[in-house]
This record gives sequence, C-alpha cells and structure tokens, in this order.
Amino acid sequence: MKNPFDNLDRILEHRLRLQIVSVLVANDSYDFNSLKELLDATDGNLATHLKALEREKYISVYKSFVERKPNTRYKITERGRSAFKKHLDAMEELIRHQRK
Amino acid sequence: MSQHETLQKDLESIRNLMERSVKFLSLSGLSGILAGVYALVGSGLAYGVLYGQKTPFDYHDPAAKEIGITVKLMAIALVVLILSLATGYWLSSKKAKRLNANIWDTTSKRFIINLTIPLIAGGAFILISLMNGYYGIAAPACLIFYGLALINASPNVVEEVRYLGYCEIIVGLIAASFPALGLYLWATGFGVLHIIYGTMMYKRYDR
Repeated sequence: MKNPFDNLDRILEHRLRLQIVSVLVANDSYDFNSLKELLDATDGNLATHLKALEREKYISVYKSFVERKPNTRYKITERGRSAFKKHLDAMEELIRHQRK
Repeated sequence: MSQHETLQKDLESIRNLMERSVKFLSLSGLSGILAGVYALVGSGLAYGVLYGQKTPFDYHDPAAKEIGITVKLMAIALVVLILSLATGYWLSSKKAKRLNANIWDTTSKRFIINLTIPLIAGGAFILISLMNGYYGIAAPACLIFYGLALINASPNVVEEVRYLGYCEIIVGLIAASFPALGLYLWATGFGVLHIIYGTMMYKRYDR
C-alpha cells in the first residue's frame, strides 16, 4: 500500500510556509508587512520562506511603491493553490488514518 | 507530541489564520447598539422638524421652507453618521487592543473600502435626487444603499453583517412602497435593526 505520508507536500511541511500559503489562498493578495504582523514572524525568517515559495512558483511577487516606500505584495499561483489543496487533503487523510 | 496532534494543530491554525487574514474581527457590537440609539434620537429630532412647532413667523415661502427642512434633516443625518463612525472607531480600537490586534490592518482597510464605495454612490445619488426635488427617495435610498454596502463589505467581517444588510434592503423597499412612512422606516432600519444586531454581536463576540 502507498504510504499516505508521501502525499504531503515537502515544501508546505514547514509551518510558516503553510501559514503563508493559507493566507494567500484566502486573500487576493497580501503585502509583506501585513503578513509579518499577522504571522508574528521576523523579517529575515519571513523573507527566506517567501523566497522558497517563490522559487517553487507557489506564489508570485509584485513590487511597487506606495507613497515612495517600496511595497511588496504576494499572490498565490494556480500551482500553489493546487499544492495547498493536495497538502490539506493529505493531512486530513492522515488524521483519518490514525483515528482508526 | 504525536504526529496526529501536530497535524490537528496545523489544520486548526490554518483555519484560524485564513479567517483572521480576511475578517476584521475587532468590529465592536456595542458600537452597533449605540449607532442604533443615535439613529433613534436623530429620528425623534427629525420628527420634531417635520411635524413639530409651527411658529407664526415661520417661512412664508413654501419653497424656502422646504429647503430649510431639508437642510435641517441633512444636518441631523450627518451628525448621526459622524457620531456612529466615531463611536465605532473608538470601541473597535479598544476591542482590537483586547484581541491583541491592530485596528488599522489589511482587513479593516478592506472592510472600510468595500463599505464606502456603495455608500458614496448612494450619498451622491440622494444629494442629486434632493436637488431635483425628489424628497421621498431619501429614506428608502439611504436604507437600500446602506444594505448593499453591508453586503458588499460582509466578506471582511463576521457573517451576520450580511443578514443585517438583507434586512436593511427589505426595510428600504417597504419604505419605497409607503413614502408616508419614510421616517418611521428609517428609524426602524437604522435604529431598531442596529440595536438588535448590535446586541446579538455583543453577546456573541464582545464578552
């Protein structure tokens, strides 16, 4: 039988990355500072994991200027959305499995 | 901690985050009750302006009288609006502090933008109608546009706001059908409904 753990997404197994992706799935877009506040993360930590998600093409990055201050917004990609869904399904599957 | 518990906890945190990232949860229920009270007091004053004291040296020119009344009613509505907004801001920022949240974050900004767009459209529509002499439109239009604004902003707050929006629209349509009852229905929509809604929200979320 196939091991249900195999269905978990490697990238999303990290807590903060999973949190970032869930916020972006629920919203059109979110900017860096709001994410930082919401997730209570440090600049460096958040930036690292955003980079990782960007590299996987799970999220896309939009840079602009608001009142001359740089503003970075993130959006989920289709790839990221389906990875998130699969990961959640796998988590639920695992929970169901262990309950038996 | 077992794998199982970790997974459960992760799922819970996701659900919680998705809600918190979208919804402005600091909106105070108590401020809804007070907004309703202001609206009732305002309606009482408006009743006085419309049907109250008739001084012998009052306006002889009926057109001037109409304009005078319209200006007074608009002033009352404006004061009710400003007091409600100020109270809403004050009590919500207190609640935000208690929830350890920021009153001025992405969710509150989105809530306000989504609420304001239909309200500005409605406000402009009512002003234009009044300038053209369609006085009867003011009360139903206030209620209907406010209901639409609530529905438009409801994804960014607690679920129940959507139902308040539906109720406002229904009261607005009744007001449109019975123009003579405009003021009473305005008092119902902005006063009574806010008090009922605010009480429910206060019991459910504020305590």
